[in-house]
Amino acid sequence: MKTAVVLTLIIFFVIIFIIGLYSGRMVNRSTSFVQEYFLGSRELGGFILAMTMAATYGSASSFLSGPGAAYQYGLAWVLLAMSQVATGYFVLLILGKKFAIMARKYKAVTLIDFLYARYQSKAVVVLASVSIIIFLFSAMLAQWIGGARLVESITGLSYTKALIIFAISVIMYVAIGGFRAVALTDAVQGTIMVIGTMILLVGALVAGGGMENIMGTLREENPNLLSPFGHDRNLSPMYISSFWILVGVGVVGLPQVAVRAMSYKNAKAMHRALLIGTIVVGVIMLGMHLIGVMARAIIPGIEVGDKVMPELAMTVLPHWLSGIVLTAPMAAIMSTVDSLLLLVASAVVKDLYLNFIKPDATEQTIKRWSITITAMIGVAVFLFALNPPNLIIWLNLFSFGGLEAVFIWPIVLGLYWKNGNKHGALASMVVGMVSYILFSTFYPNAFKMHTVVLPMMFSLFTYYIISKMTNKKLKESMK
Amino acid sequence: MEDQQRDDPRFIIAKHEALMGIALVIFNFLWWFGFAYGLGSKPVSEYSYILGLPSWFFYSCVVGLFVVIGLVFIMVKFFLKDVDFDGEHEG
Repeated sequence: MKTAVVLTLIIFFVIIFIIGLYSGRMVNRSTSFVQEYFLGSRELGGFILAMTMAATYGSASSFLSGPGAAYQYGLAWVLLAMSQVATGYFVLLILGKKFAIMARKYKAVTLIDFLYARYQSKAVVVLASVSIIIFLFSAMLAQWIGGARLVESITGLSYTKALIIFAISVIMYVAIGGFRAVALTDAVQGTIMVIGTMILLVGALVAGGGMENIMGTLREENPNLLSPFGHDRNLSPMYISSFWILVGVGVVGLPQVAVRAMSYKNAKAMHRALLIGTIVVGVIMLGMHLIGVMARAIIPGIEVGDKVMPELAMTVLPHWLSGIVLTAPMAAIMSTVDSLLLLVASAVVKDLYLNFIKPDATEQTIKRWSITITAMIGVAVFLFALNPPNLIIWLNLFSFGGLEAVFIWPIVLGLYWKNGNKHGALASMVVGMVSYILFSTFYPNAFKMHTVVLPMMFSLFTYYIISKMTNKKLKESMK
Repeated sequence: MEDQQRDDPRFIIAKHEALMGIALVIFNFLWWFGFAYGLGSKPVSEYSYILGLPSWFFYSCVVGLFVVIGLVFIMVKFFLKDVDFDGEHEG
């Protein structure tokens, strides 16, 4: 039965690799290497844009740990997960056309280019690049370990061998093909994620003897599994609602998602992506988490949350089908990792090296550096993943909410509030990050809300007050 | 530069569309919250079921998703405007 799974995985890797080669040719043909490599020459159409946003956002958590939590908490966790549907339309509508126009006006290729042009401050560039490098590197490492564990569990290879396979395939296509390869593979991976979700949902429905039957079994086991309060009635409405900030609207501040909002071709592409993105995120989030709950009735007694989805696939589906379904979490992990890898590389090469070390580098030098650095970062992640240091595991805990608290206001208010200035931006970035780390460490889930809520309010406040104060000073000194 | 930005008619469109995004997310949240806790707060033994799912879940999560997709469709079809990203002052 493993052969079927391994075979689909191999086919999957081959397809991904071919896309990498094709994109590499586009990179060679392109007139501006930097634009093509880091932003796909701003040519994304609606479908690819929607898929790359959804797939970059949907990671191991949507396919492994999310369904695992739903298995434990019941329908309440599906309710919580549905707050993510907002990411399907919110990011593109908020950043929307203004970001696309301003990014073109500034000739910005990275998110940090945009911040640099808007705030005219090198300190903002350094702070932003460093936060991206540190936090996304740790986030990438965590996903990478998850990817290797998954290969390990479905193929039976050792962790190290699984890691090598995973590393080689990701590094290859990202380093050669750049953003276009990432976006195109994301489209393939996103499609697999949607199809995998639907197959497994149908499979679980059939195996469980229909939804009524499944819910009946759960009600007998513990009626609270059917309530919006969780299996032990400990999930408060306030807590679940606060996830709208973390995984709904706050996603605007995630650099790997925000950068995609400057990559599309035209307004039509954006419009189409809004609709497709909402459908895709909605189907995956509702489907996968509901599957997690249903699994509890079909295969009770699983201890490790991450194993719920793979176990269910192997139990309820014919072997060849479970192969396809099991590439879905693989696709989810890969499509997140590839975007993070490219983003960290762009922060190093484009934002730090080109801005501070060698602004007059030739096209050829930039090209060599970009490909080398991307590959080197990939190798570094690989080496760390062999024996993950505690510091990085610890940092990963802050990467999602921390980056949101750092970036959301400098981006959003930088776009829509003309009085925002570099002092406000810098102060709010520092306050967002520091308060997020302090709250998570000493006072998590303050006032029964997810930890991200307060730091995000603090950084908004800081941005506003400091910008106002420094603008006033500026005006006074001009008198 | 800032003044020039304000005059650009494309930015008025962009701002309207961002406000639509905020309106939609607030509506989305209220629908989600209202049905989940409006129907789901009573004891589980008193739940009614639709297609096998508890009614709070069915309306909040399943119907809610379709409603939001429908609204995004209407918005894209009738309210969002096509603008040129490259030119300077076209609407």
